[in-house]
Amino acid sequence: MSAVQVRRLWKTYGRQVVLENISLDVESGEFVTIMGASGCGKTTFLRILLGEERQTRGDVLLDGKPLPDEPGPNRGVVFQKYSVFPHMTALDNVMVGEEFAGAPFTARLLGKARRETRQRALDMLAAVGLADAGTKYPSQLSGGMQQRLAIAQALIRQPRILLLDEPFGALDPGIRSDMHELILDLWNKLKLTIFMTSHDIKESFYLGGRLLVLDRVRKDPHEPELYGARITYDLPLRRGRDARANASRTAPEPVL
Amino acid sequence: MKRLINLRPERGFGIALGALPFVILLAVYVAISAGRLAENADDKLLPSLATMTSTFVRLATEENRRTGEVLLWVDTIASLKRLLTGVAISMFIGLIVGLITGLIPYVQRTLSPLVKVLSMIPPLAVLPILFIALGVDELSKIVLIVFGIAPCIARDVQQRVEELPAELLIKAQTLGASTWQLILRVVLPQTVPRLLDATRLALGSAWLFLIAAEAIAATEGLGYRIFLVRRFLDMDVILPYVAWITLLAFGLDFLLRLVNRVAFPWYGAGIVR
Repeated sequence: MSAVQVRRLWKTYGRQVVLENISLDVESGEFVTIMGASGCGKTTFLRILLGEERQTRGDVLLDGKPLPDEPGPNRGVVFQKYSVFPHMTALDNVMVGEEFAGAPFTARLLGKARRETRQRALDMLAAVGLADAGTKYPSQLSGGMQQRLAIAQALIRQPRILLLDEPFGALDPGIRSDMHELILDLWNKLKLTIFMTSHDIKESFYLGGRLLVLDRVRKDPHEPELYGARITYDLPLRRGRDARANASRTAPEPVL
Repeated sequence: MKRLINLRPERGFGIALGALPFVILLAVYVAISAGRLAENADDKLLPSLATMTSTFVRLATEENRRTGEVLLWVDTIASLKRLLTGVAISMFIGLIVGLITGLIPYVQRTLSPLVKVLSMIPPLAVLPILFIALGVDELSKIVLIVFGIAPCIARDVQQRVEELPAELLIKAQTLGASTWQLILRVVLPQTVPRLLDATRLALGSAWLFLIAAEAIAATEGLGYRIFLVRRFLDMDVILPYVAWITLLAFGLDFLLRLVNRVAFPWYGAGIVR
């Protein structure tokens, strides 16, 4: 069974149609990049997966069950900005997810549980290349380091799917390619299922195992809000084929 | 020649510029006071600096022969007690009400209109009601301060909570936080420094309400003293008292700023990208 199933999903705001009739199956371990012009609804789609917004019609299933209509720990997220807590050190930022899980009332772990979580968080920081930054506040980190921290923070709860909303959009090109290697490395090692929006064509092709393009097919110049975006291309990419081959499954013929 | 908006004074010169208006005001005062005293040595309106200093020293050191109390400290302690109690209660109410109205839509719909209306009522107009209902001793003065500043602090805190980036709240939820945990670990720590800022702004009003209440009904206090000696035109008491109150107000403001800087090093450290 597919990890994520989207069935005839529509999203409208009043009269304005944003997404129309989106259907999609995504397997566990896929890296899906979602591309499209700004305002085409890719962020809306991601927000629906996140549970921040609710689809108007249709179903979204995660492991066969309808998605809860509020954000939860089975879906991790990294935003373009404001992704980490400014009042916590980097280490606390990573630990806090486990503290939410382990201490319902105080949201703070103590004693042995704290030491274990601390070690896991330190390992996670090391995995994203922030081994020495544990005591620093986000404002003392560069933009790229903040995004590394956001990724480490999102991964500590081992979410079923990881949602990235233009996570590298605000970074310099050099830093950006470092981040690409990092996220690919984590994807490989941890067998993550990733949805990532981007408006960068190169990035989308390079990172993705599968590329979705959202666009408005029908246009009415007098009433532009009448029609929403659909999936106009659904392209399996080389990286996705490799991943599927590794998972020793039969891959469909790659288009690219 | 650069444009005026691009000319910046150097550090030392900037401080000197800041001191200049004070020096000028002081010089003007001294000159006029000296002129009046030269005409009439008993003039009470603009006492000389020396008279004010000696009066202030007397108020601050001389014990009352009957009670053994020193007037300035009795007044200062009485006033500060009222002020700080009122401000502390207001901060507590403001924080709780502001935080939950800013965060929880159901509470916001329920309480927000009430808080808005309460903050519109001129507190001094309510003072007679407080005196009638609560008597003229400490309670009514503290309630006046609370009534005057708690709604403002609550509204300020509410606005700050609403301004928190939605991303942070979503992120916490994706990490599994319940509403309570979200308040405890994300919203509250980010709101406290903003609460201190809101309190700093409200301190001015708090002093106003304190002195107004003391002027009408009290037996000691800084405001009481000023209004008492007004009857005897004792400007040599009033002016140093005003300076003393200003100094206290400045000290409290400085203290709150210091707490913010030391306890919340991340606050004001620039917007997180």
